[in-house]
Amino acid sequence: MTQTETLDVEIAEETQIKPFTMNFGPQHPAAHGVLRLVLEMEGEVVERADPHIGLLHRGTEKLIEYKTYTQAVPYFDRLDYVAPMNQEHAFALATEKLLGITVPKRGQYIRILFAELGRILNHILNVTTYALDVGAITPSLWGFEEREKGMEFYERVCGARLHANYFRPGGVASDMPAGLAEDMMTWCEELPKFLDDLHTLLTDNRIFKQRTVDIGIVSSHEAMDLGFSGPMLRGSGIAWDLRKSQPYDSYEEMDFDIPVGKTGDCYARYLVRMEEMYQSIRIMKQCLQNMPKGDVKSNDYKVCPPPRAEMKASMEAMIHHFKLFTEGYHVPAGETYTAVEAPKGEFGVYLVSDGTNKPYRCRIRAPGFPHLAAFDFMSKGHQLADAVSIIGSLDIVFGEIDR
Amino acid sequence: MPGDALKDLADFIEEELEDAVSKYVFEKDELVVYTTAQNLDRVLHFLRDDKQTRFEVLVDITAVDYPERAERFEVVYTLLSLKQNHRIRLKLNAAEDTLIPTVTSIYSSAGWFEREVWDMYGIMFEGHPDLRRILTDYGFEGHPQRKDFPLTGYVELRYDEELKRVVYEPVKLTQDFRNFDYLSPWEGMTDVQLPGDEKATKPAHGWVPSKKGGHS
Repeated sequence: MTQTETLDVEIAEETQIKPFTMNFGPQHPAAHGVLRLVLEMEGEVVERADPHIGLLHRGTEKLIEYKTYTQAVPYFDRLDYVAPMNQEHAFALATEKLLGITVPKRGQYIRILFAELGRILNHILNVTTYALDVGAITPSLWGFEEREKGMEFYERVCGARLHANYFRPGGVASDMPAGLAEDMMTWCEELPKFLDDLHTLLTDNRIFKQRTVDIGIVSSHEAMDLGFSGPMLRGSGIAWDLRKSQPYDSYEEMDFDIPVGKTGDCYARYLVRMEEMYQSIRIMKQCLQNMPKGDVKSNDYKVCPPPRAEMKASMEAMIHHFKLFTEGYHVPAGETYTAVEAPKGEFGVYLVSDGTNKPYRCRIRAPGFPHLAAFDFMSKGHQLADAVSIIGSLDIVFGEIDR
Repeated sequence: MPGDALKDLADFIEEELEDAVSKYVFEKDELVVYTTAQNLDRVLHFLRDDKQTRFEVLVDITAVDYPERAERFEVVYTLLSLKQNHRIRLKLNAAEDTLIPTVTSIYSSAGWFEREVWDMYGIMFEGHPDLRRILTDYGFEGHPQRKDFPLTGYVELRYDEELKRVVYEPVKLTQDFRNFDYLSPWEGMTDVQLPGDEKATKPAHGWVPSKKGGHS
């Protein structure tokens, strides 16, 4: 009896759990790209998380300093490649602000239309792959089918499924082709059916709720302190959306609601994203119904290339075209910080111009960056499996975080 | 033009922080306030906590490099007030060896932003709990966003089949780096004496020898 007692004590001393350092990624399906996490574990519980980023760093900001404003636009597609047009939007707005030009109404409406399409595509991808991370396969199989239809609209309007290069300073590259508006309207009518199905799959799903409810709770005060924006901020109970509070293009003419989460956990962020998709459909429908006639880009030929037909006949238009695509346009010296409500949050461009044809500095403020920075705070004290759940709810894409 | 509310805010800030704020300007109707590294803590505490400002979100920290200036860096803090719906930019100048007090104790989000500025520009933040590189490679040297850092960098890496590992080598460009200057194709020729153009008026400071090689 005495022997076993001493034995027990000995075992207890020997089996004292040492903090265990674990490497998660950079190749891991739940890491959403090339995220390397160094986790210090106390058994199954995360003590400290240290995300190592930069594995997809391509020096976008530096490259843009060596390119004209026109050539800089495609770099924005490659940031958050899940919703490329929303990034271009920020750069286009910043450049327009420095140039002091306005976009014709139709151009603004087309931009809103495709920005909202981008939001839906982004949220479909996030919600369904998030479900995949926590164990449900069906949503992603269904979701990608709908997403592909949305990508086709991208392709029809600009010729590319992903890297659109469609929003340009001064408007959009070209008008929508005939028949596209009708097809988009049909899609908008059909999509709520799919979203309802997604709801029935996930919202009341017992496993999904076990994995998300009360996981990674962020209070509204903490969310502001951590620099959150977008659905992450709204999930924590703050009604803040740049489309409402600092409207750009024609968002002030749109009628839509801002969903706000109550609990600040992963489940609340999921619900916010789901509802945002319904709201985006509302905005898209309004755009399609009230689409104004007219130009889609500014008719200032010093900034926007003249129509191709005119170029074939007019010498002056030809010269404009040549100058625009070699030298590019000169942007008056100045600086601006312009932000848009990208699907992931506030995407800002801090553009410093020195009066030449290339930006002097183009700082890209990606929403995912502070979100991932908060990962240590959010995952502390949670289990390893919950860490995966939190990453999914952050909605991170490494194109924009690493830049 | 900037809104009245923003103008009032600017006046209010200048009044309250008279000795800490050197000046304010409006850049394209955005409020930009200049301060110094010594006063940064005080200014940010005030902007965050005062009832009339309430800039509770630190949106971004970044820097701009002006190599020709005595204090070459401009560190830029972008703040957002959700309550007042205002943005403000706070700027301070820094030389290469200026120590800027960290603001991680005021805004948690500053941690990574300051790491990035350190990584990209080499600006030191005093008191930062974890000032490591963030975006560049492990063991990287130099600060890539500085204007004197070449776009192509200094090292490239490849997988070596014989050594069975990744090796680092100095950058070898198969084609010269070309930076086309479309800005002023003819200005470079204004004070160069072209052959057969001897009758051209001579500039006051004399002819400049023509440059060989074209693009620099």
